[in-house]
Amino acid sequence: MREHWDKALRILAEEALLGALGDAGIERPEAIWVGNMMSGQLSSQENLGALVADHAGLRGIEAFKVEAACASGAAAFRNAFLAVAGGMMDIVAVCGVEKMTDTMGDATTAALAGAADAVYEGEHGLSFVGLNALLMQRYMYEHGYQRRDFAGFAMTAHRNAVGNPNAMFRREISLEAFERAKPIADPVGLLDSAGIADGAAAAVLMPTAMARAHGLRCVRIKASASGTDAVALHDRRDPLVLEAGVLSSQRAYSQAGITPPELDFFELHDAFTIMSALSLEASGFAPRGGGVRLALDGEIALDGRLPIATLGGLKARGHPVGATGMYQIVEAVQQLRGDAGRNQLPNCRLGMTQNIGGSGANIVTHIFERVE
Amino acid sequence: MHQASYWRTNRQRLALMGEVCPSCGAKLFPPRDVCPHCHGPAKEPFAFSGKGSVYSFSTLYHAPEGYEAAAPYVVAWVKLEEGPMVTAQLADVDQEDVYIGMPVEMVTRKLHEEGDAGLISYNYKFRPVMQSVA
Repeated sequence: MREHWDKALRILAEEALLGALGDAGIERPEAIWVGNMMSGQLSSQENLGALVADHAGLRGIEAFKVEAACASGAAAFRNAFLAVAGGMMDIVAVCGVEKMTDTMGDATTAALAGAADAVYEGEHGLSFVGLNALLMQRYMYEHGYQRRDFAGFAMTAHRNAVGNPNAMFRREISLEAFERAKPIADPVGLLDSAGIADGAAAAVLMPTAMARAHGLRCVRIKASASGTDAVALHDRRDPLVLEAGVLSSQRAYSQAGITPPELDFFELHDAFTIMSALSLEASGFAPRGGGVRLALDGEIALDGRLPIATLGGLKARGHPVGATGMYQIVEAVQQLRGDAGRNQLPNCRLGMTQNIGGSGANIVTHIFERVE
Repeated sequence: MHQASYWRTNRQRLALMGEVCPSCGAKLFPPRDVCPHCHGPAKEPFAFSGKGSVYSFSTLYHAPEGYEAAAPYVVAWVKLEEGPMVTAQLADVDQEDVYIGMPVEMVTRKLHEEGDAGLISYNYKFRPVMQSVA
């Protein structure tokens, strides 16, 4: 995850896909779903399903692109889950991919703004960062927090990225560095925001019994759920509540038959520090306005009550938008298989991922369980 | 914004024309034809006063493509007196003077230009309410 100037969009996808198929010992899945948001705008390339299938040596199979803004990766995964769990297919591969650094920063910023309402937000010059700044400003006003109170989210992510060879920023940051970071859109500073990156991540889905019969090191999908809200933040009932997150996490808890305290870790969507706070609140880990407290109290560290961003999160691993949801899922699998290296959580059994599109318009939540 | 879209949204952009829901009475901006509160049809036009207050604000230092010339600029959520919230830029005010709760009113201003041959885009912005002098 970094600026892969030497690798084309299709190559990033192909490498991740072949890596996942190789790990599962599968030569040819029945279908692939490709999660991606901006290939049309940033690479003038749509029809990614067929393109990626062809370049991965899978010409002929069923293949589509799935788009749900920054939640494209998990949305693609959920589509594959529906196909396999619904009994229509046995073996499906999913790949999330995004190529963001071929273009200049302004063009990438404009493309990202496409996740918002183009006419009533984007046309007024609102960037994606700008929308998160409006959220953070209001949150600080209502709940009485200072900018520095959000530092724990960024510092935890950077600390965890040191132990992840796939991470973009493998260095710790200090509270002073967080406070000194240059403002992008007040009160959001550079170190509140996830890094723009190229990247791809992939996984293979099949029925658990089949994976076991093949002797694969698999994890079980305990829940797959999503929910939506108004795209324009000003149209939401309460901008400081991610209703789509409440809906998707409640649906996920109900499917899995668990309550939030039973989770061993949570790969949340820390595109901005304010999103981490709102995601924790929507998912039932804190009351409205209480998400930042978890960071202040150290509960989100690897040895805390609810570790988040265990391999660096969006903030420090990097945020290649359409690939991010798949990175979260692959990292949850790493933890549950015991493959997380220096960042391995001891005895973890249940992990949750939450991928947020358009500052909360489309939120996809998955819960995974270790298979003995 | 494309020319057709610019033309279609003339009444919203320049006169804050929205809708009122005949079933539940909710005032809607922008017009959307289906009431998001009671889900009934809502196509009756309603002109907003343009008066409201700042609900949240930010100064953007890194503007998207096409808006660089204006950066840094102040953006806000404005809660209209009639209920709905809108996203817009603030005009005629220094960022240090903006606060949550500040009374503002709608004005029509140039938003951006699309090069030498493109549209000059006008839209609503909000400015601090002018105090009348007795």
